Amino acid sequence: MLNIFCPICQRDCDETELSCGGQAHLIRRDHASSDKDFYEYLYERKNDKGIIFERWRHVYGCGKWFHTARCTLTNQVFGSYSAKEVQPPKSILATIRRSRVDFKGWVK
Amino acid sequence: MKRYSLSSIFTEAFRDNLGWEKAWKKRQPKKEYQIIIVGGGGHGLATAYYLAKNFNVTDIAVIEKGWIGGGNTGRNTTIIRSNYLQESSIGIYEKSRSLYETLSQDLNYNIMFSPRGVLMLCQTEHELRAMKRTSHANRINGVDTKMIAPEEVKELVPIININGPRFPVLGALWQPRGGTARHDAVAWGYARKCSDFGIDIIEQCEVIGVKKKREKIVGVETTKGNIKAKKVCFVAAGHSSVLADLAGFRLPIESVALQALVSEPIKPIIDCVVMANTVHGYLSQSDKGELVIGGGADGYNNYSQRGSFLHIEETVRALVETFPVISRLRQLRQWGGIVDMTGDRSPIISKTPVDGLYINCGWGTGGFKAIPGSGWATAEMIYNEQPGKLASPFSINRFSEGRLIDESAAAAVAH
Repeated sequence: MLNIFCPICQRDCDETELSCGGQAHLIRRDHASSDKDFYEYLYERKNDKGIIFERWRHVYGCGKWFHTARCTLTNQVFGSYSAKEVQPPKSILATIRRSRVDFKGWVK
Repeated sequence: MKRYSLSSIFTEAFRDNLGWEKAWKKRQPKKEYQIIIVGGGGHGLATAYYLAKNFNVTDIAVIEKGWIGGGNTGRNTTIIRSNYLQESSIGIYEKSRSLYETLSQDLNYNIMFSPRGVLMLCQTEHELRAMKRTSHANRINGVDTKMIAPEEVKELVPIININGPRFPVLGALWQPRGGTARHDAVAWGYARKCSDFGIDIIEQCEVIGVKKKREKIVGVETTKGNIKAKKVCFVAAGHSSVLADLAGFRLPIESVALQALVSEPIKPIIDCVVMANTVHGYLSQSDKGELVIGGGADGYNNYSQRGSFLHIEETVRALVETFPVISRLRQLRQWGGIVDMTGDRSPIISKTPVDGLYINCGWGTGGFKAIPGSGWATAEMIYNEQPGKLASPFSINRFSEGRLIDESAAAAVAH
């Protein structure tokens, strides 16, 4: 079972309290965007085998969204940060680098 | 290849079974092939087999990162059915089911196809309505299914509790020609026949790069060296996105772990397949006596091949209510496989942005039943350099063109 820190409640939560919202930092598209952009926003996902940044919602808690860095192969969680961030904060990237020397950084 | 037959069994019985050959030959890669299939699971092997059988192309390599049938082909719950909702899905799944009927004879390998019947329970009013719709769609498209009443369900499956209280059985969609097959045998049978056609099956060989020249494929880079090819097809299920990344494009796919488990072996108690979509669990009994139980998928992307334990608990808790008799059984094994989920829960059999590179993926939680049909359609696409009637609705463009093939309600459990 995953154990993820909720930055709003400031406590660790079991997977059963949370709901995953998929890839984080997607660029939201409006009605004026091209078909290609909208397709990317709706369907295309990185789906990386390794470190990913994703959205989680504390459904059975504060009900708020936040972001998490996790490895999809080992399910190791590297920390959570506010959903207001438009890209992963430096502190999270540093935490990942400490245990994964080959981590290339966040790609849009 | 020596044929398997009654006389070969007799002959071997009198010489201590020393004359059996290896089912397929282990090969090292040549420098160049006409076609490379990346992925030696059921779908990849079936694609190679139908390329050889239907189109006489045998200059093919099937390359596999692990071992033949070690991925989802050996990790599913072996259910075969074709009771889908949309016309295009019914086309390919019914083709597949009908190919399964004679597959043992075609491959000269006993895949133990057992058309024992598949029962899809309706445990809410909404599900009942959706299944009725599916049964009409099936009838229009010539698939043999029908709705049956709770009493008939009880007659078919005496161990079932149809009275609830939480999940009463309100009816069921019955496909008598659906059933199960031995999943490993499907992979092994195809591999043996491919090898017989002269197709190279290369195991323990991982693709680590894709060679392109002006957006046209020229080969792949593997852990066993570079291999040139005119055409390449990715058939890698949960790892399709990883391969697509190497080729420089993204897929509308997310990978999650899907789990299954078996109980300790017991005497025969159920002789058909029961799927309970509302409670996310499905049940059948293997020839060894184990109850084969499939559960839900994880709620988040991962490549762990394990899955969360809480999903096992959820599945079993719900099944115990529907089948009280299984409450004291112990779990023998549990495992997970990485499934490739598309937004509309239908597969992708398509050309890609790279010329000469094809892809077959997105089968999600229900790929086993589709192996022969998928191989048939993919082989046709690779040979003709464009998808045929079976495959064309499943192109990658359907997402941007807005013609989704929505199977999220009618398809298998974890959807």
